[in-house]
Amino acid sequence: MRNLIILVFILLHQPGIAADQKLELLEEKQLFSGSENTKTTLRMLSSTDTDVFAPTIDIFLKDNPSLSIEYLVASSTDIDTLFRQSPGNYDVVISSAMDLQLKLVNDGFAYSIPNIQHPDWAQWRRSLFGFTLEPAGIIFNKEYFENIEIPQSRQQMIRVLREHPELFHGKLATYDVRLSGLGYLFATQDARDSETYWRLMEVFGNLDTRLYCCSGEMIDDLASGKVVIAYNVLTSYAKARLDVFDSIDWILPNDYTNVMMRTAMVSADSKKIKAATAFMRYLTTQAMQTTASDKTPLPPLQSESSDFQNSVIPLDPGLMIFLDQLKRRTFINAWENAVIQ
Amino acid sequence: MKFLLIEDNQELAGAVVSRLQLDGHVVSHANGIAEANSYSQAEDFDLILLDIMLPDGDGRDFLQQHRASEKHTPVIVLTARSEVSDRVTLLDLGADDYITKPFDHAELQARCRAVMRRKSGAAQTVIRLRDLQFDPVSGQLVVNGITTALRNRELRLLELLINEPGKIFSKQKLFDRLFSYDDDVSENAIEVYIARLRKHLEKSCVSITTLRGLGYKLDDDQCD
Amino acid sequence: MTDTSVTNISGSLRRRLAITLIVGICIFAVLLFFIIRLYAAQIAQQSQDSILSASVTSMLDAAKVRDGQVAMDIPYSSFSMLATPQDDRIFYAIYQDDQLLSGYESLTLPETYNNTGTVFRSIDFMDTPVRQVIASRTLSGLTTPAALIVTVAQTQDNLSVTLRDIAKNAAMIVLGFFLLAVVFSAWASSTTIAPLNRLTQSVTRRGPKDLRPVTRPVPAEMAPLVSSLNHLMQRLDDSLNQSEQFITEAAHRVRTPIATVRSHAEITLQRVDKEENRQALKAMIRATDETSRAAGQLLDHAMISLRASQLNSEPIDLSELIQELVRSLTPVADLKDIEIRLDAAPDVRIHGDSILVQNAVRNLIDNALKYSPTESTINIQVRANPKPSIVINDQGDGFFHDEKDKLTDRFSRGRNSTGTIGSGLGLTIANDVAKAHSGSLRITNNHNGGACVTLSF
Repeated sequence: MRNLIILVFILLHQPGIAADQKLELLEEKQLFSGSENTKTTLRMLSSTDTDVFAPTIDIFLKDNPSLSIEYLVASSTDIDTLFRQSPGNYDVVISSAMDLQLKLVNDGFAYSIPNIQHPDWAQWRRSLFGFTLEPAGIIFNKEYFENIEIPQSRQQMIRVLREHPELFHGKLATYDVRLSGLGYLFATQDARDSETYWRLMEVFGNLDTRLYCCSGEMIDDLASGKVVIAYNVLTSYAKARLDVFDSIDWILPNDYTNVMMRTAMVSADSKKIKAATAFMRYLTTQAMQTTASDKTPLPPLQSESSDFQNSVIPLDPGLMIFLDQLKRRTFINAWENAVIQ
Repeated sequence: MKFLLIEDNQELAGAVVSRLQLDGHVVSHANGIAEANSYSQAEDFDLILLDIMLPDGDGRDFLQQHRASEKHTPVIVLTARSEVSDRVTLLDLGADDYITKPFDHAELQARCRAVMRRKSGAAQTVIRLRDLQFDPVSGQLVVNGITTALRNRELRLLELLINEPGKIFSKQKLFDRLFSYDDDVSENAIEVYIARLRKHLEKSCVSITTLRGLGYKLDDDQCD
Repeated sequence: MTDTSVTNISGSLRRRLAITLIVGICIFAVLLFFIIRLYAAQIAQQSQDSILSASVTSMLDAAKVRDGQVAMDIPYSSFSMLATPQDDRIFYAIYQDDQLLSGYESLTLPETYNNTGTVFRSIDFMDTPVRQVIASRTLSGLTTPAALIVTVAQTQDNLSVTLRDIAKNAAMIVLGFFLLAVVFSAWASSTTIAPLNRLTQSVTRRGPKDLRPVTRPVPAEMAPLVSSLNHLMQRLDDSLNQSEQFITEAAHRVRTPIATVRSHAEITLQRVDKEENRQALKAMIRATDETSRAAGQLLDHAMISLRASQLNSEPIDLSELIQELVRSLTPVADLKDIEIRLDAAPDVRIHGDSILVQNAVRNLIDNALKYSPTESTINIQVRANPKPSIVINDQGDGFFHDEKDKLTDRFSRGRNSTGTIGSGLGLTIANDVAKAHSGSLRITNNHNGGACVTLSF
């Protein structure tokens, strides 16, 4: 497999694409090829790290050797910006921000794929397809909890934090919802689910929580002991981090767990609809097969317990509410009041 | 034989009666059904000739009454109607035969004979002359105990001669009796039948004598 | 026995009735289908409108004035209530007076909107037909009172799917209704026609001689027809009776005088000796015979024509019929010492008019007797195979070849043969009877000279 893949690292400031200022937003760029002579190249804009998604692409290209894939990585909010600016430049958009993806579809940016089999709860308008089930959990440094009871729910965590403020002051981590699209999605869903969220955020604020833009840094700091608890982090990211596997552990709060779907769509302006559609079919089929979990670190739709399916964030127009400027302003105000003191 | 003729047309009836009498039959003539009934009650007839269209009723009514009174006298219907429609009902009503007007007298006689022959109960009219026995109905001739069945024309010829033995019958008279009028044959054809009869009578006392220029007669004095 | 090929048929009452009913039902069904669809569309649109209205209302309720600014904590349900199975897209815009606060800038308000009340309209937005609702609320607490206007628009994918489903169901219902109605109309039309069929059957089943009036009750609409039919049958009956009576009467009137003449001539012949007179009398007798024979056959022919037009079909045992005929003709044959030999297969049966068949065969045997020489034999065979047929062989001179052609000629002229007498008409009668029974008459000569006539059915 590997011999078929040609890894190409390209510096972001190449003369050819430097004209587009926004391209600076791209974090990584890599080209996968099915064989040496490929005719069609799919441009894929994704918020998923290259190494996490590479196995999925490899399997696809093995069956479609005439294709190659240019895989571009950016943050979910940047993806929204980039894609809306030039939807014809990209064929497939993959993002963990379900709300932004849904709004892209709602605004007519997605191609509706005919005759595709996918469960209703995991798709919207046959345009947007969830292909992973990833719960947000509480990740903690194992060493710190040798003598302390590991909280199993948000209430328990509030109690533990209040009982040991000296242990946790300055050692808590969560997303800065103003920067992270995924953080904002989880926060809004939390706030929708329960008032406990706001009490928890006040406790976090009181204990001077650290705010992160991205999960990677949070897990790094957690492994190093810089922070002890990271709240609302995708457990799939933690699982993927084999380097720090020994020092961290996580729980899924038993009061409620937010489960996110990574979603993919084909650009309505794509000029390679056929190839993009083929990839979509492959992706949705893989997502429904439990065996796929062996080959890719992304948890497929069927792999986890059916509880996840029940608590998955619904793919419906309600997601767009939190993208409304007025609503967002109100929410961010409330969040800042709670967290930043 | 005794005939009862029921016919309203006087002209025709007269002619038929004369013709039958000419053959030596006894004929009573009735003009209608009422008269016919009185005749048939008063005496027995060997044969009834019945016209269908009568002034006082339909001949078929008489036929029905006649059969109902259990009389077995054979009935021959004289009809002037279309054979097509009448035939079936006539036979159904018990007529023994029918003949359409106008009729050849020879045919009438032939039919009478046929009817008489069929009626087993009817009395046999055997004519005996010396050693000869002749039944004109069945056409059987017995000579010296040997029975011969005569053909029709032989029978009719013998019947004519035997009724009046010794009488001279001219050739033409015999011819008229034997042949129908449209047969285009000469009177000499009679000689063939005379010859045949002579052969049948060879062993008996009866013989046929030729009288040149006059005709033929039956002689019964051969054995004398 | 009715011959429908000569009936001039123009359409069918039953079909006309059925088609009228079906076309009517068809129009009604199509109308029903469109009415159901229209009504369903209205109801579906109403339900979409009421959800849109609820969505807008919940958004308006969420607006507050905080620090001189409009804040809006739009409830999650405002949008999620708009979720449909077809994942319809939604668009919204929030205006403060004319100024866009949030949402889709291009989702404009209708120019006629005067900032009061709730308005619905169907427009195209982003090249897609959408249903738009606009509602407003007056905001107090600002420096000057302002109108907060919220508009939500939703695509109509679900609506059209619903309508398609309803249309499909309506089509099924209407189709079912239509099929039922077709069955019903077929039933109705045949029920309506039934009395007519019963009348037809009762008339058809009758024998040709049965001309009694139809007395069974019939529907009022058919009464004039039945009445006319009864009149017609009465007239036909009268006319037939008159014809038959005429023929019978004519036969009687002609034959009786001839019979008288003949009998007298015969008697006279017995008494006359002069050869000249005898020849004259013989010629007279022959003439009366010819006359009576011709008259008889003409009348028979007329009667046969009358009967053949309405053939009486009854089972006939040919063997029995011929046996009886032979018995009846034997005395005549005896006069010429002709022997009639009958070889009849048992149980040869046909369907037909026995009187006609008998007359035909009688004519053929008469002919044979007439042309046979003295002391000859006439052979009559009745066969069952291949077709029921009667074969009459005589030992006469047979037919001349040219005469045979003429006879064939005469058959084709049928009734036109009134100019001929004797055997010609006898054969014509036989031929007519054969034709009336879908049979044939064949005339040949035997190799030893005699004529052979075959009448087959």
